[in-house]
Amino acid sequence: MKTEEADTTRKIVSDLKPNASGHADHNEGLIFEKSAPGKRGFELPPLDVPVVDVPKALGAEFARDAVEGFPEVSEIEVIRHFTRLSTWNYAIDLGMYPLGSCTMKYNPRVNEFVARLAGIATEHPYQPIELSQGCLKILEVLQDCLLKITGMDAVTLQPSAGAQGELTGLLLIRAYLESKGNPRKKVLIPDSAHGTNPATAVIAGYEVENIRSDAQGQIDIEQLKRIVNEDVAGLMVTNPSTLGVFEQRIAEAAKILHDAGALLYMDGANMNALAGVARPGDFGVDVMHLNLHKTFSTPHGGGGPGAGPVVVKKILEPFLPAPVLGRKPEGSLFLDFNRPNSIGRVRAFVGNFGVLVRALAYTLAYGPGIRQATEDAVVNANYIRKKLEGVFDLPYSSPSMHEVVFSDAKQKKNGINTMDIAKRLIDYGFHPYTTAFPLIVPGALMIEPTESESKEECDLFIAAMRAIAEEAAENPELVKTAPHSTRVGRLDEVGAARKPILRWKP
Amino acid sequence: MRYLPKSPSERQEMLAAIGAKSAEELFASIPPQFRLKELLALPGPFSEQEIIDFFSARADENSRGYTSFLGAGVYNHLRSVVTDAIIQRGEFLTSYTPYQAEISQGTLQAIFEFQTLMCQLTGQEVANASMWDGSTALTEAVLMADRISGRRRVVVAKSVHPEYRQVLATYSRNLDIEIVEVGWTLSGQIDLDALRGLVHNDTSCVVAQSPNFFGIIEPIATISEIAHTKEALSVVAITEAVSLGAVTPPAEADIVAMECQSFGMPPSYGGPYAGVIATRDKFVRQMPGRLAGQASDAEGRRGFCLTLATREQHIRREKATSNICTNQALCALAATVHLCLLGKEGLKEMAAQNLAKARFAAAELTKIPGVKLAFSGPTFNEFVIELPRSVKIVNQSLKREKIIGPLAIGTWYPELSKRGLVCVTETITRAEIERFAAALGRALAEPL
Repeated sequence: MKTEEADTTRKIVSDLKPNASGHADHNEGLIFEKSAPGKRGFELPPLDVPVVDVPKALGAEFARDAVEGFPEVSEIEVIRHFTRLSTWNYAIDLGMYPLGSCTMKYNPRVNEFVARLAGIATEHPYQPIELSQGCLKILEVLQDCLLKITGMDAVTLQPSAGAQGELTGLLLIRAYLESKGNPRKKVLIPDSAHGTNPATAVIAGYEVENIRSDAQGQIDIEQLKRIVNEDVAGLMVTNPSTLGVFEQRIAEAAKILHDAGALLYMDGANMNALAGVARPGDFGVDVMHLNLHKTFSTPHGGGGPGAGPVVVKKILEPFLPAPVLGRKPEGSLFLDFNRPNSIGRVRAFVGNFGVLVRALAYTLAYGPGIRQATEDAVVNANYIRKKLEGVFDLPYSSPSMHEVVFSDAKQKKNGINTMDIAKRLIDYGFHPYTTAFPLIVPGALMIEPTESESKEECDLFIAAMRAIAEEAAENPELVKTAPHSTRVGRLDEVGAARKPILRWKP
Repeated sequence: MRYLPKSPSERQEMLAAIGAKSAEELFASIPPQFRLKELLALPGPFSEQEIIDFFSARADENSRGYTSFLGAGVYNHLRSVVTDAIIQRGEFLTSYTPYQAEISQGTLQAIFEFQTLMCQLTGQEVANASMWDGSTALTEAVLMADRISGRRRVVVAKSVHPEYRQVLATYSRNLDIEIVEVGWTLSGQIDLDALRGLVHNDTSCVVAQSPNFFGIIEPIATISEIAHTKEALSVVAITEAVSLGAVTPPAEADIVAMECQSFGMPPSYGGPYAGVIATRDKFVRQMPGRLAGQASDAEGRRGFCLTLATREQHIRREKATSNICTNQALCALAATVHLCLLGKEGLKEMAAQNLAKARFAAAELTKIPGVKLAFSGPTFNEFVIELPRSVKIVNQSLKREKIIGPLAIGTWYPELSKRGLVCVTETITRAEIERFAAALGRALAEPL
């Protein structure tokens, strides 16, 4: 889109007279601003038991009147309000969402359908186990699938998201080392790691030792040999790394750790580059988490929910969070709470069951064909890399898997950084890629197309990126002030943090 | 495969452009001994219909057709179909965390509205959006209290949900946090005298739940006052959020950790739900989780963005307030839509109906010889009954009548054997309550 056009769009809206401000979806207020006493959007069936006087029943100390400031709106107003808000979001359903590391792939609708079935969505976690066999069977089949895909021995589905999976994994390492007499002090984390890795290690009671990547952006094996000692509990490594590159010496790293009595943790955030192609269990990984909201297609939903199952080798099985799924000799499934060496619970109930249902629906759709999804994701990333190489700086030339990381070094010369390019991409109809991550690439453009993009969509993206590179050279101001097509421009985030307004007040 | 948008010839074209003969070549960086030679033996591939059939068959193996009186942290409430229609809009369902504010205003404004609703409900000044569930919200609230107070000793009411306490124990074990438990009195409320004796100058916080695991409403004002005398914080867990439509909010508390499942989320065998932490403005920089704040663009238009991110892992790494990244955003959106639909009057009415139905059920059940209330304190929609025999045996009889009966709380509290926790929400009809009472009467009349 040319800027004049973009400016015109915005002008049309802002030129309207304030007392007839046009279609409301350009300035939808807060729900609280639409409220008027006496309106409501939901009615309950009439009460069929005697009415209870609340203050009398609870006592004056505990009785509350209606919630002050709560909205009062009708059903159609709620529908319009949230539908209008929704139109201000970008989404996978609208187009390519190439956020590196986040794996924004298609979220199949049948997954949503089955998660809402009566008999699935309606089930209570404390209902009798003999009336829960269907739920447990879903867990069992998913467990089997995850173990086959990762080549590991045992699994817990309890963790709520990747970061909690990480914590669970580190607590398992800790429990194992404690059983050997010493939990040790440190966890090694590469400088290319996700921020959750170091944040998690601290909650698991470990010190973090950051290790530098080598010139290829890979684990520096020589450095690893030097620093692994009896204080080191383990290494957390993302594979493929956040550069989208397979850690070629991973098995060697595992051996160095194992020889010193330490364990190898793999962050499975990028498992979508390996599913059906290679199994972490085969290259020395002792424990890893999976992000079902990445590799297994469950929707990100604007930030969650996810699920972060953890798969382990046999040596860690006794320590898994309780309960674990068991099968009785007569064939029925049950939840086994009798786990004396367990690290305990990491959350209430069995986990984000509804997310697990969706992940299984996804896996069943592919079956052995999951390899094709992995191949297509890698083809897309390499295609984009090939077509943009030379236009953008490629700091590491190692072969890409499911994502490619460029830098803004070429555009920097014109004062354009990765964020500017990302914002301009919005005007071309795409969600930005991941900016400024991984930290080992200054000014990173981290692009992950996933398998869900057609050749046509990839070509459109490539054309947009090339166009922006040209604009960065010819008309840098245009790029620096982007986006030009959105409802709001760049927001003053510094100001918002300095004097935070975090809630509406009348 | 229907999810993959490439024809065989397009694949070939793309590979040719890359300069690779086959996709296999693109995996050359994986050492050959680690490359799988065969396809994985996974079940599938299944068509859409086969997937639906598989899960429908599983649904048939569950509890359909039973009437359930279970609560204990997971509640069955009415939900408008509107909520589901909204959260299934692709623009909400298939978007990422709103880091790119300009094209995420929908999610951001909805989060801002969620934060506001949570503040109004809890009587607190600021709320995040969101935590994984109530149990992890409570644990994070305790870690937050430790950071604020610089202390490491936590006094926890034994009447806090047992699984919440288990999660707290898991997290605390390696963080040098000492947990001291305090019991209850005949009312089922926290033992205030014992609490006074346990709160010292080294106490980080006092943790209570209201209504507590036994369904009893706790005197939060008094508990908070006791905590404050030693400059400890008052942390309150809420598992049944609908109670806030009838019960005084924990405004005296310093941190509230709430489970929002009751607001528009189905039980779904344990999740996904949405936890939330609400607190005082002065503690906001110690808060975990995401926050949306109001901002403006260069032309002065109002917008919203994620803010105070310097607390978070992607900026602060090992110095972050929490490791949380992915949260429960879509569930928080469901809660927001649900509460907007209910509104001021709807929430009040829903809460009043819960109270009325539970009181009616308690009266009906305690008419049965040998059945009495275990505690005397004020209740909302849950209460503990004491039976003349094992709850588990009684439940076997009830099951034959298609009723899922009281939760045997002796599982977690050996001293409370023969006690069952009953939950009655607005979804339960008078006829179902009467059928339950009749069935319980028959069950207790059966010879042992």
